[in-house]
Amino acid sequence: MTSTPPTNRAESAVRIVSLYPDLLGTYGDGGNALVLSRRLEWRGIEVEHISVDAGAPVPDSADLYLVGGGEDGPQVQATRELDQSQGLHRAVDKGAVVLAVCAGMQILGHTFPDATGTSRSGLGLLDCETVRVDRPRAVGELLTTNARLTTAHGVVELGQLTGFENHAGRTIPGPTSVSLGAVEVGEGNGDGSEGVVTGTVVGTYLHGPALARNPRLADALLEWIVGPAVMIPLHDPDVDALRTERIAAARDHELAPRRSWRDILRRS
Amino acid sequence: MTASSASVPATGPAMKLRPRARLAVAAGRIVAWASRVVHFGTGSVIGGRVSLLIDKNLLAELTASRDVAIVSATNGKTTTTKLLSTALGSNRPVVSNWLGANMTPGIVAALASANPTDTAVLEVDERWVDPVLRATNANTVVLLNLSRDQLDRTQEVRKLAEQWRSALTATPPNVVLANADDPLVTWAALAAPNVIWIATGQEWTADASGCPACSGRIDFVDGSWACTSCDLQKPTIDVAVTEDGISLQGKIFRAPLALPGRVNRVNAAFALAASSALGADLNQAFDALDDVTEVAGRYRVATFNGTNIRLLLAKNPAGWHEALELLEGPSTPLVIAINARIADGHDPSWLWDVAYERVGDRLVIAIGERRHDLAVRFRYGNINHSVADSLEDALALIRQSPDFDTSVPIDVASNYTAFQDHLEKVGGVL
Ligand SMILES: [Zn+2]
Repeated sequence: MTSTPPTNRAESAVRIVSLYPDLLGTYGDGGNALVLSRRLEWRGIEVEHISVDAGAPVPDSADLYLVGGGEDGPQVQATRELDQSQGLHRAVDKGAVVLAVCAGMQILGHTFPDATGTSRSGLGLLDCETVRVDRPRAVGELLTTNARLTTAHGVVELGQLTGFENHAGRTIPGPTSVSLGAVEVGEGNGDGSEGVVTGTVVGTYLHGPALARNPRLADALLEWIVGPAVMIPLHDPDVDALRTERIAAARDHELAPRRSWRDILRRS
Repeated sequence: MTASSASVPATGPAMKLRPRARLAVAAGRIVAWASRVVHFGTGSVIGGRVSLLIDKNLLAELTASRDVAIVSATNGKTTTTKLLSTALGSNRPVVSNWLGANMTPGIVAALASANPTDTAVLEVDERWVDPVLRATNANTVVLLNLSRDQLDRTQEVRKLAEQWRSALTATPPNVVLANADDPLVTWAALAAPNVIWIATGQEWTADASGCPACSGRIDFVDGSWACTSCDLQKPTIDVAVTEDGISLQGKIFRAPLALPGRVNRVNAAFALAASSALGADLNQAFDALDDVTEVAGRYRVATFNGTNIRLLLAKNPAGWHEALELLEGPSTPLVIAINARIADGHDPSWLWDVAYERVGDRLVIAIGERRHDLAVRFRYGNINHSVADSLEDALALIRQSPDFDTSVPIDVASNYTAFQDHLEKVGGVL
């Protein structure tokens, strides 16, 4: 659980790996890699992004790993392959940063439920357990109060986190983890908190994707790797407009159905 | 128009229905009429629901003495239903629900007004294949593709494939026409005794990398595919869709068709092969397809606020993959509209699975209720874009653009409810 910032950054590109997008990429998760890559490019920092499909070897020398959301079957298969490979484990031991979303967060914990509800062993990279609970899936806008992330460079204020959640499990953070923030609207982990952070591994139920809607979280992950000096501010009017609109929608409980008669007739 | 639809006048055919079924049909008509009078839409669905409340076996009765073909898919089912209706219509009367009311109530409403022996070509929602197949005993089933669509409310695509497979096992049709390049569809169709396999050249495989048979991994190599863990693989094909046309039964039917793009060659291939299975003459059927220039407003070219526009529908990553074929190349600005209402799915994170970068240097105007989601997607795609509050404002922006070319229609590509809004603005379904 070390978080030593890699050195000699200027000499090499930031290496980002999307893990198993063919199994875990259901909710536009590829967007997170695009957001990170662009935010480095726009700052003049070189980036090298690769996607590693299931079956291919997992490199252990990258700086940042992305694990996305997926369906029950692929979730189990991804766990099996990542466990056999141990590449992600070695990378985390070397201080790599990981962002795991939804099913990705669940499989990185100690346990998670499979399609039948049976508890399975996760990868143990996040100190949390996910259990099945007897309630409807959490589907809708997820909004936190002001969130924060402690990186190698200190505490980074993330502002409000906004995204869409779609999951059935309840995630219980363990003693060596912290959450990202408290839930204002939605379900999150299920205990009023959202997200799990253990060392350099960050898990969240937010997609949309998470980093498109939350540029400060994207920049906090990057700053963890490249240090604060090169993280010059970016001007994000499109993102600001989206955040304003989505935060208002979450507070208006947009998903308490806004269906018009017209919609119902059209559908049917 | 060769296919009749749900809006046929309620004069009523001479159908030998049981009294209960007759009552159900009559009540449905009255409710549909009342619904139209208060401008709730065509009224066909609500009328069908009322009919089914009175007689839940009505669909079986309405299809007892006719040939039935079912068309289902995530994408292209409305277009293929229309093409198949037209192809078959070249030599027989056809009834269809091609306006998109594709669950049992809408189907009942469409059939209730038709002659009892007309061949029925039915568009069926992916989730309704089993009940509709059971009730109708359809002799022909067309299965185009399965991909992610509206994940926050529909079932996982793998479960839909399982449902199709058990539906075909429970009620085997005479013939199934299936997409041999879609592993999910292939696995489902293998449950049927007689399948005509169509090589569609489908490029979108992102939703089928997990094997539906064994949860292993599917490898896609050189236009073929196979599971790395079990014996599921691309079947030997009967019909092929190529760059220059459709090859079946030793003949090549040359493109272009009236409808644009590779995806419509695929839809036409299914329509041709299915019409042939139902006894139509292939040359006659192929000629008839040229009469279809739009389908429920898709591909309509119309003048709106003095500007020529072309309406395109794309509602999920697989659909966008096909639509972008039509949008890459030209330099004129275009409009993209996204809503996230109940019929669209509330979660548009799939926008990040679409390679919008393929539009190149064109100016793109984002509109619709989720225009800001689109704008952020475009920003990270380094796509030249602006945001507008309405189609009117978007076209006003485009008219000021130096790349505006009055000689070609402005493409307006929208997802489901946004498309319906735009279709209404240009006069609705013809
Ligand atoms: Zn297999």
